[in-house]
Amino acid sequence: MKEVKLFLGPQHPGMHGNYSVHMYVDGDIIKKARPTPGFLHRGFEKLMERRLWMGNLALIPRICVVEPDINEMVYAQGIETLANVEVPEKAHWIRMLILEMARLAIHIMGLGGIGGPTGMYTITYWAIAQRDLILDLFEEITGARVYHMYIVPGGVRKQLPVGILDKVSKLLDELDVKIPEYKELALKHPIIHKRIKDNIMLPADVVWELGVTGIGMRSAIGKEYDLRKVQPYARYDQVEFDVPIANYSDGLTRMNTKYKEIFQSIRILRQVIEKMPKEGEVRTRVSTGSALRWTVPAGMVYSAIESSRGEYGYFIVSDGKEMPYRIAVRGASFPQGLLGIEKYLVGHRIDDASLWMDTMGVCSPEIDR
Amino acid sequence: MNERKSFFAPVKAWKYLLRRPVTILKKDIFENPREGSDMYRGFHQNDWDKCVGCGTCESICPTNAISMVEIASLEIEDGKKNERPGFDYGRCSFCALCVDICVSDSLKMSKEYLHLSKDAESFYFIPDINGIHNNKAKQGYVRDETSELLDLVRVKMEHEDVSRKNSFIEIVKGYSMEMALAESARCVECGICTDTCPAHMNIPEYIRSIYENDLKGAITHLYKTNPLSNVCGRICTHLCEGACSLAIRGEAISIRWLKRYIVDNTPMEDYEEAVLSFVTEPVNGKVGIVGSGPSGLSAAYYLRTLGYEVDVYEQRAIPGGVISYGGPEYRLPEASVQKDISMIEKTGVNFITNTKVGTDITLAQLEEKYDAVFLGIGFSLSRKLNIPGNDHGDVEYAIPFLAQTRDYLRDVSKMPDIHEKVVVIGGGNVAFDVARTLLRLQIEKYGKADVKMASLEHRDILPADLEELEEGEEEGIIGSFGYGPEEIVIKNNKIVGLKVNKVLSIFDEDNNFNPSYDKSDSHVIEATQVYISTGQMPEYDMITDEIKEKMEIVRGKIITAENGQIVNVPWLFAGGDIVRGPDIINGVANGHDSAVGIDKYLQSKKK
Ligand SMILES: Cc1cc2nc3c(=O)[nH]c(=O)nc-3n(C[C@H](O)[C@H](O)[C@H](O)COP(=O)(O)OP(=O)(O)OC[C@H]3O[C@@H](n4cnc5c(N)ncnc54)[C@H](O)[C@@H]3O)c2cc1C
Ligand code: SF4
Ligand code: SF4
Ligand code: SF4
Repeated sequence: MKEVKLFLGPQHPGMHGNYSVHMYVDGDIIKKARPTPGFLHRGFEKLMERRLWMGNLALIPRICVVEPDINEMVYAQGIETLANVEVPEKAHWIRMLILEMARLAIHIMGLGGIGGPTGMYTITYWAIAQRDLILDLFEEITGARVYHMYIVPGGVRKQLPVGILDKVSKLLDELDVKIPEYKELALKHPIIHKRIKDNIMLPADVVWELGVTGIGMRSAIGKEYDLRKVQPYARYDQVEFDVPIANYSDGLTRMNTKYKEIFQSIRILRQVIEKMPKEGEVRTRVSTGSALRWTVPAGMVYSAIESSRGEYGYFIVSDGKEMPYRIAVRGASFPQGLLGIEKYLVGHRIDDASLWMDTMGVCSPEIDR
Repeated sequence: MNERKSFFAPVKAWKYLLRRPVTILKKDIFENPREGSDMYRGFHQNDWDKCVGCGTCESICPTNAISMVEIASLEIEDGKKNERPGFDYGRCSFCALCVDICVSDSLKMSKEYLHLSKDAESFYFIPDINGIHNNKAKQGYVRDETSELLDLVRVKMEHEDVSRKNSFIEIVKGYSMEMALAESARCVECGICTDTCPAHMNIPEYIRSIYENDLKGAITHLYKTNPLSNVCGRICTHLCEGACSLAIRGEAISIRWLKRYIVDNTPMEDYEEAVLSFVTEPVNGKVGIVGSGPSGLSAAYYLRTLGYEVDVYEQRAIPGGVISYGGPEYRLPEASVQKDISMIEKTGVNFITNTKVGTDITLAQLEEKYDAVFLGIGFSLSRKLNIPGNDHGDVEYAIPFLAQTRDYLRDVSKMPDIHEKVVVIGGGNVAFDVARTLLRLQIEKYGKADVKMASLEHRDILPADLEELEEGEEEGIIGSFGYGPEEIVIKNNKIVGLKVNKVLSIFDEDNNFNPSYDKSDSHVIEATQVYISTGQMPEYDMITDEIKEKMEIVRGKIITAENGQIVNVPWLFAGGDIVRGPDIINGVANGHDSAVGIDKYLQSKKK
């Protein structure tokens, strides 16, 4: 037997972000896979210890480029718990608006992502364009397209711009029409069925073994384990939505689950628009003094939310000073993106590796962190 | 659960060919650039007229993208540095925290998306209001009250209520630890206050020490530039607060009360250790100091830290000058003054009290005895007021009256002989000191008070601090502000009142002091005793003519070099009110400068 070593990434169209998998192959079959993180921003957690509580706002969104807002949310939520402050009612709703818009953006991009490794770029372009239209709205609300730095400890950074909710409504109406087209183009496509149906399996016992959450878990074990339901934050307990589940987690099921979640986000957003208080403050102070001297009471807290890829959390330790003492990030795709690749990519074909990255929803900076 | 595959479904994508593309043509990126949203965080724009160069943007910047750059063409003013922020767009993360914290609101961001250049060096800019491309790009992101990162509201200081007038109890209560920590957390550590403080105190440093709850460290910072921190923590004129960069959009940091918090709350051992840590053995020489007011005390302390033996001559019984014999106890308790003075005494300064230079010992003898001499004799004479009746026995002057009151409260003198109905002439802080002291003594003596005031200045332009006016009136003082004295009315050899006329103007066309009156609007303020508080003058009798000839004295003030040296009398230095004035902190600064000047002078002589 001859073994050949192949590098998937860090610069590769089938790779998600600057991440790399060293594959030892025999013919088409992967005999050994060694995931190699660390090409992106190394040491986020360490950097956070050297930044002011407010200054970290510029850093943390970068731990997940396509869904940055989850970082802001877990960070803010954790600090608010330690400082024991109540976030203004309206801010809770705005946060849900942001988080669900971000989920739409990344889910749509994830759907489009399947085009890369399957060689059908049309859906990729659709998705990228659609995401940018969502980023237009983010730009209006937050002042930036990608790194919003908008959910801040104590609430959100700015009031909503006038008329923005109508624009979001319009977007949702458009998505209602457009997203089914993605299904026609990709999810029913015979080639895609060929590639990911009954392939890239994530059996229930692997879910438990690795600690996979999110779509991977829900489509494998048939349980509605979604933090928005089981441990609601913001005002998720005041909106109605379903948690799509399945009992057989192949790549196609996971893509279909993602597809269904898009419509649940649309449903949530419509309720957010309807129920959000029209008036009111959107931010309270978490500390006295100028932001150069904000402190967070000493203590520790684990703050987690449901990201597009599963449970996303920060374990925050404060010693009462101006900077965090320690923050550890639970990257949602860490189990399947690092541990899973090492152990379970073996036996797959070379061209399955990229499909793994996409259908498992891997976000490399949250592995690097 | 999964959709069935369909060979025909993907064909539906063809209909996209008929849709309008969402992309922008390449040529439009440059020729017709799309505009960012109203809140877009593009490139910085900085209104240089508003920007004060405080560097707060630099401090908050999480990526170290900002560096403050000196702009030689800009003037340095109180509350303004001649620096402006420069931005490295190779580092900037476009977070706009700098915009949200900008103390002056000068900093904004534009709606521009693009800066393109092949030259890596061209990503550094010092933008003014026209932005980095000097194209007056539209304004995008701005701070508002939701995104505010400063804390603009001062921690409120508590004061004694009006029943304070029944005694000399200190009015200002002082900060608790919690209050001081909260107030100290507001400081942005810009140091603009330091530039304005005459003594250039390390204000941001000692405020940071409070914030870190390191009071010993705070004392160390205080004593680097001010050995009268107990006194200054109470009655300093706090010019620094006027310059504080937080005052542009909000309330200045309570710098003075924070200083007071430090001196009042540091454990005594820590306090002493910090103060004495600067002091060295007296090996360098001997310096004589005339006058133990703020300037003399400051010179004495710093000379001790520089290794000199120091003797201070004081004509009065206890050292301190105006701080021991002037400012009333409700503003400046005896214990605070004593704490400052006793600390200075502990450094080994030798006080020779009840000794008047010029009478008990001559300046020539001092020249003989010491390597150098410092004069800090203050303005000890009261300025007379030239109006009919001013020679009556019941006309009193501010300084002797206040001095006697302090002695009375020290139990070393009897109570000044105050009448039941009095009038004070003057509208400055000293006049209010006199009036409010009189009021307290009257209540003690007669059980009720009747104090009136008359001043040339109308209440809107009163030289006294607003709080003096407000508190004085609250205590029951009635003022005829804007009414100038014409004569002290005397009947049967007794004062019956003060006749005043409405003031039309105080200065004439040439800006000389020359009040004009509307004599049709006049009244007599009933009183049997008149207190004059219209200023003080120096007394230079002790300086011999021979030396005086070599000195330059302009409008009562001695001209010295920057370090206090009298140029043609190199062994003689001077400071305080006789050189600069008009307040304690200027005296402290002069004393320090002179100590350094004396050291330089003596060390250069040794070579
Ligand atoms: C009533 C009053 C209230 C004031 N309140 C404030 C205030 O709230 N805040 C503030 O910052 N400033 C205040 N000032 C101003 C401040 O007190 C003075 O600017 C400051 O004290 C000047 O210090 P100095 O060292 O020049 O001299 P002084 O304090 O005037 O001291 C001079 C000393 O020299 C002694 N002396 C003079 N001649 C001789 C001699 N021949 N031999 C020996 N000793 C001599 C005097 O007895 C005196 O002790 C006030 C002044 C007055 C009069
Ligand atoms: S926008 Fe943020 S990163 Fe850029 S200069 Fe301002 S504070 Fe620094
Ligand atoms: S914070 Fe504002 S005022 Fe201060 S230096 Fe920066 S731009 Fe200028
Ligand atoms: S006290 Fe005011 S001027 Fe001084 S460093 Fe603090 S914020 Fe700046």
